[in-house]
Amino acid sequence: MTIDDALIQYLEELSKLRLAPEEQAAAKEDLGKILGYMQTLSALNTEGVEGLSHPLANENVFREDAARPSAARAAILDNAPRQKDGCFVVPKTVE
Amino acid sequence: MDLRDYTALEAGKMVRERQIGCEELTRHALRAIAETEPALNACVTVLEEEALASARAVQARLDAGETLSPLAGVPMVIKDNICTAGIPTTCGSKMLETFRPPYNATVYARLLAAGAVLVAKTNLDEFAMGGSNETSHFGPVHNPWDTTRVPGGSSGGSAASVAAGQAFYALGSDTGGSIRQPCAFCGVSGVKPTYGAVSRYGLIAYASSLDQIGTIGRDIRDCAAALRLIEGRDERDSTSVARPPEPEAPAGVRGLKIGIPANYFGKGIDPAVAAPVQAAARTFEEMGAALVDIELPLAEYAIPAYYVVACAEASSNLSRYDGVKYGFAGAGAESLEELYLRTRSEGFGIEVKRRIMLGAFVLSAGYFDAYYKKAMQARELIQRDFDRVFTRCDVILSPNAPTTAYKIGENISDPLKMYLGDVYTVSVNLAGLPGVTVPCGFADGLPVGLQLIGRAFDEATLFRAAAAFQSETDFHRQRPNRPGEEARA
Repeated sequence: MTIDDALIQYLEELSKLRLAPEEQAAAKEDLGKILGYMQTLSALNTEGVEGLSHPLANENVFREDAARPSAARAAILDNAPRQKDGCFVVPKTVE
Repeated sequence: MDLRDYTALEAGKMVRERQIGCEELTRHALRAIAETEPALNACVTVLEEEALASARAVQARLDAGETLSPLAGVPMVIKDNICTAGIPTTCGSKMLETFRPPYNATVYARLLAAGAVLVAKTNLDEFAMGGSNETSHFGPVHNPWDTTRVPGGSSGGSAASVAAGQAFYALGSDTGGSIRQPCAFCGVSGVKPTYGAVSRYGLIAYASSLDQIGTIGRDIRDCAAALRLIEGRDERDSTSVARPPEPEAPAGVRGLKIGIPANYFGKGIDPAVAAPVQAAARTFEEMGAALVDIELPLAEYAIPAYYVVACAEASSNLSRYDGVKYGFAGAGAESLEELYLRTRSEGFGIEVKRRIMLGAFVLSAGYFDAYYKKAMQARELIQRDFDRVFTRCDVILSPNAPTTAYKIGENISDPLKMYLGDVYTVSVNLAGLPGVTVPCGFADGLPVGLQLIGRAFDEATLFRAAAAFQSETDFHRQRPNRPGEEARA
């Protein structure tokens, strides 16, 4: 399968990634080979097969809707790259 | 003391019978780590003081008369994608290099209650994506049998650690073979339980419909004992399942029907690897099992189906790494979009980026039906294939990997070749079945493992067969020399 620059750019956009030029070149080659190999699936007759998104025949599991303490705010924020006044800090998003 | 002179269960018995103290046992493990780590790089974080403190605490509980578990006081290691409160959990990634989870994974909470002593967090392929442990941000792990070779992956640190006698047993995780293949490469035993057997709460997600935590040991009985401590329903993982206690199974394999898939021994496997697995089949037969010829004709579709599903789920799961809540954040970003881009581009390694992009592709408009939907359909057919085969046999015996451990650097530049190495293991994850691996011989001085696949939630039969094999053979008692150690007679 041929992967062109436009597709690589589209995938970078979807993935929120920005590849260096040498990474883009490698991605073109590698993704082409891998996706080409994945196309072997097209030879499989799957007519009438619904498909499995999950290995178990799961049923919905419910529990009591009871209030209980969640994790401590400080413990969660301790891992944040930037925090201020008990909140996560992000770059300005609204002008 | 060489930890490898005792199984985990034997060590636990010595602790209970006061033949050795928890602290002394832990010091032996820490010494083994100090001696072997320069050559192996199996651990990301060694927990010297924490381990000694926890050993003393376990000893105090035992001395106070508490009954803990058969593995209480026994030093062990955990793969670094399983959350341990306050202890770094890096996933082998720059993205989580500084992450200290505020909570424990359910498996670790259960181990703590059972008196386990954690001595190290083990190295892995970044976000468990890889089969060689070469994609770790913290450098490759080296195989204890030949340090120029890979230990397998992604639980390569856990397998190498147990093989080198750094610990008595380990936790790993298995999404497409990530416990079984490194066990085979390092000559140790392991189990990938049925999907739902063990809670995934606190396991950092790679592909959620495939991921499962399992155990690694030198003796399959250790793996079974450790699994017993962590398995079962957990209200924090709605896919985890409660099971009634297993009935006492008869020992041995007399009358057991073992399916042999002929197409797993044909094209693509190194004959030197196929031979010991075929010899193992004859050993089972001599022990009273019946060999049944079976077909698993969809094997060739398992790898493409697996990589489509795994990458799709990974691209979704890994979207959480945004530089805001925890982990690495790219510097100098002046917009939120730029923060995401810098964080993810600098924080993820090449294999993780590749899988995220593959996942984005197979889920994108125009390609969804041809790739993702098709893979889900293949998955259903693969599961049906196993259902059909299990009407004729109780377990399936197969190779684990097509080769023995290869040289570090040999395959890393060819991702597709790496993916093809998962040919015997991925279908087990797609179908959600349990699989165990045990050592069954050597090829050119490197360990070869066999794989036993069972019916869903029938780990008991797999353990019974594997334990019978280990009673009859001594491959699992072979051990690599420690660096600097003379060859053993």
